[in-house]
Order: sequence, then C-alpha cells, then structure tokens
Amino acid sequence: MSDSKKPRRDFIKLSAMTLGGVGAASLLIPFISSMNPGKDTLALASTEIDLSPLEEGQSLTVIWRGKPVFIKHRTKSEIDSAKNISLEELPDAEEDSARVQKDNWLVVLGVCTHLGCVPLGQKASDTKGDYGGWFCPCHGSHYDTSGRIRKGPAPTNLPVPPYVFLTDNRIKIG
Amino acid sequence: MSSNELQGYKKTLNSPYTGIKGWIDSRLPLIRMMEAEYLKFPVPKSLNYFWSFGGIAMFCLIGLILTGIFLGFHYKPSADDAFDSVERIMRDVSFGWLIRYLHANLVSFFFIATFIHIFRALYFGSYKAPRELVYIFGLTMFMLMMATAFLGYTLPWGQMSYWGATVITNLFSAIPVVGDAILTLLLGDFTVGDSAVNRFYVLHWLLAFAIVGLVVFHVITLHMTGSNNPTGTEPQSWDETVSFHPYVTIKDLNATIFFFIILAFILFYYPNILGHSDNYIKANPMVTPAHIVPEWYFLPFYAILRAIPDKLGGVIAMFSSILALGLLPWLDTSKVRSCLFRPIWRYCVLLFAVNFLVLMYVGGKPAEGLYVLISRIGTAYWFLFIFVLAPLVGFLETPRQPLTITNYLLSKKA
Repeated sequence: MSDSKKPRRDFIKLSAMTLGGVGAASLLIPFISSMNPGKDTLALASTEIDLSPLEEGQSLTVIWRGKPVFIKHRTKSEIDSAKNISLEELPDAEEDSARVQKDNWLVVLGVCTHLGCVPLGQKASDTKGDYGGWFCPCHGSHYDTSGRIRKGPAPTNLPVPPYVFLTDNRIKIG
Repeated sequence: MSSNELQGYKKTLNSPYTGIKGWIDSRLPLIRMMEAEYLKFPVPKSLNYFWSFGGIAMFCLIGLILTGIFLGFHYKPSADDAFDSVERIMRDVSFGWLIRYLHANLVSFFFIATFIHIFRALYFGSYKAPRELVYIFGLTMFMLMMATAFLGYTLPWGQMSYWGATVITNLFSAIPVVGDAILTLLLGDFTVGDSAVNRFYVLHWLLAFAIVGLVVFHVITLHMTGSNNPTGTEPQSWDETVSFHPYVTIKDLNATIFFFIILAFILFYYPNILGHSDNYIKANPMVTPAHIVPEWYFLPFYAILRAIPDKLGGVIAMFSSILALGLLPWLDTSKVRSCLFRPIWRYCVLLFAVNFLVLMYVGGKPAEGLYVLISRIGTAYWFLFIFVLAPLVGFLETPRQPLTITNYLLSKKA
C-alpha cells in the first residue's frame, strides 16, 4: 500500500514545488523591470542639433541620454589620418567610413569605454592624446580622429550613437 | 497524558530570575542569553589588545548608524538637491558639520579597525577550524562594508562622488554581452543620475542594517567556538579563562576610548584630511576631474584592478582577491594556528600586511611606469600567498610546539 502511495505523494510535492517556483520567479519580473529607466527617462532619448555654427576643426559637446556626445567638424588632415591607417594597427579594427555618415562630421559618444570617464580633447587647449583625437585622463586611453581606441586600457572604440542628418546642417541623435 | 511526557515542550518558562526580571525572562529569554553571552562568557585570559578591534569596529558601526539617522533627517537624495542639502547640513543645520564630519571620519576609522581585526585573524590563525564560519561571516561583512561605503560616498554628489560612482558602476559593463543592460538596470538610467542617487541612498541604509544582521551571525558563531587567543591553543581548564565582564568589557572600553581619542584629533583638527577636495565641487557629468582616486580604504583593491591590463580581467582579479581570502581556512595546511609558533608562515603573513600597504600606496598614484610594475608584483604576491604559500608552507615548515595559555603568560612574565 505504502509503495503505491509514495510516488503519488512525491509527484504532488514535486508539482507543487515546481509551480510555486515558477510563480515566485514570475513575481520577480515586475520588480526587476521597475528598476529599468522609466518612460519619462526614455522620452528624453533624442536630441536635435544645429551644426552650422561649427567651423572646421571645432568640436561641440551635446547631451544625449545624460551622456556627452562629441561632434567634431574634422579638418582635411584629420580625415586623412583617420583613413590612412591599416586595420591591423587598431585594437578594435573598424574602418573610418563605417563610423561616419559624412567624412567631415564625426559623431561619437564622449564616454571612455574603459570605465566611463569623459575624455579630454574637445577644447582647443585640451591635450588630445598621441593620436590627435581624445585622451582619457582617468586611466590613460588614447583615441584617434575617428574616435577609435589606439592605446590604453579601453577595450573598444568610442561608440557611434544612432543619428540622422535632417538637413545638411542639422542632425537628430537617437 | 502526564505532564512528564511534555517535558521540554515549553522550555523557556523556567527562568533563573524572580520578580519582573523573571516575568520578562520567562517570556523573552533575552536576559539569560545576555548574561550567558556577555557577562559570564568565558574567554582565554591571554588575549592581547589585538582582540579589542572587533569591539572597536562594532562601536564604529553603532556611531555610523546613529550619525547616519541624523544626517538622513536633512539629506535629500536627488541629483538637483543632494549637493546643496549636504552644504546646508554643513552651514545651516545646528551642529550639522559635527555630525557629518563624524559620519565621514568614522567610516575611515571603521576600516582601520577592520583591517587590524582581519590582520589579527590572519596572524593568530583565527580563521582556522573550527572558526571558519566566524571568518567567512566577517569577510562577508567586510565586502558589504565596502559596498555601503561606496554607496555613501556617492551621496554628497560632488565631483568625486559622481565620477567614482561612474567608474565603479562601469565595472559591471565589463560583464560580456549583458553588461550594459545590467548597468542600465542598476542605474535606472543610461548614466549615473537622479535615479541612481535615489536608489543608492536606499541601498546605503539597507546594507548598513544588513551588516548589523551579519554582526549577529558573526557573534553567534564566535560564541559557539569561543575566542581564539595569541597561542592559538584552546584553554585547558577554567583557570585559563576569565569572564567577559568585567575583564574584556573594561579592556575593550579602554582600547575604544584610546582609539576614539585619535578619531577626535582627526575630527576636530583635520576633518578633511582623509577626503578629497574635488568633492566640494558639485557633480558635473560633462567634466571628469584630472585624477580620480577612490577613498583611501579602497586603494589596495583599486591597485589590483589597475594591475591587470584587461578590463574584465581587472574586475575579476579585484573581486576574487577578497573571495580568495575566504578559502584560506581550507588552503592553509598547517596544524598550528598561531604565527608565534610558525617560523616561515609568520613572515609570509607579515609580508602580506606590508604588501597591502604598498598596494594602498600605488593605488593612489597614477597608473604608469614603476607604479604599474609594483602593483603587478603586489597583486601576484596576494594570490601567491593564498593559493601557493598557504598550502605549501604548512608542509615545509616545522612549527614549534605551541605553548599552553598558562605557559605563554609565564614566558611573557619572565
């Protein structure tokens, strides 16, 4: 008698525990999800910028999603130095053409991919690092004129945010 | 059913006390517990002043919680208000400057006491059987302490708060594939901002009380095995023990007062010496300070993070440096606990302590040239100590026969 009853009880126990576990796990979803950015934060997720005041060689820092975005009006020599390089020299190999929509406008996130500091190089007086782009003062990462990592602890290039040219002199980030 | 069969069913009703004390104790047996664990509790009579730092750390924790409550009455956890509310505490709130400086400096002294306390455990072999769980609860508290201190440091919302928080939370982005999503989830935004300071404030409180909870576990496990002592041998008779009160209570109080005199000196004459002046500049997400340095008590671990030239590798090395210490009870193969009787391991432990201070020094220097080399050697020794020396030295060395507590005390007298 006990032989036939025991597996049935085990089955009921196991089913109850499984269902209870699934229920408890499902209950976690709303709580974890609530920690993500809210709708108001996501609503601020796009920014429009007028590029016309920027002369060649000048840079502009704008805020997008609370992070700085570097917009650089590149000079001829900066474009050339970004293009004339073999991919083997790059820690995170990427063509310059894959990182820009128009050669003279570079748009990258101004957040070091190492630990999130803002690299120097936006002001004329800033040190621009060994490769003429940006230099992160926190742990010494050097970026080139395409925002690619060249030297230092940062693992990847400065990311390119999603953006579109609305007109020749106006872009929308996000 | 006779009452004999139910003996032990209501076990707390028979209190050793009478009157109101007995009435309470038979319903809430806290009084008899406190008497057994804090008045009569026997400890080896050979304890030296190293054994006072646990108690000192506990007083620091109590002080932090009390000052924290009063700061909380005035602090506003939002990106717009946080910095200004801290400045208001410093300038306008009656004695606000005292309470805040106390809170800020007590943390540093909490860490000093804890570092000495951990050194004590390593040097006299307190981590070894049967006290492994005491040690593990202690290390867990140490990690929670670091998390709590980090969260607390972000709250004044100065430049170091902001950029320290940015750098440390970005450690999570080193996790492959899901790192960025986890980071956004933790911050509730794409950057450290209003949402982060709000939840950091809540977590700062929560973890502080989680530490209090772990203190209870730390003490329960300690009171199961009894205290270790400088000889590392267990008491052989009641003669080799003294009661916790008044012997330990008075001694610990004496040590605590002396320790807090040093705190008072720093507090009243150099209240900012352990802080960073950049933190009196309001957080600016567009400008990173030229040198980001964590608080002094994080520097050894920061040095380990920077010693590894790979982002993920550095993060793993930093976290595993503390986790690996938790394996020491099982990796140390020696039968003798105390370094007093271990001729080789003794120097390994002392070198570990020196190495800790060297890592602390290079952690505060820019990550370049010789400093990087030193931090790599220091990191290598840290792991060598745990994974190679601990098992190996136990086999290689011939320890001296440990003295009994009585003979140890006689030998010190002579």
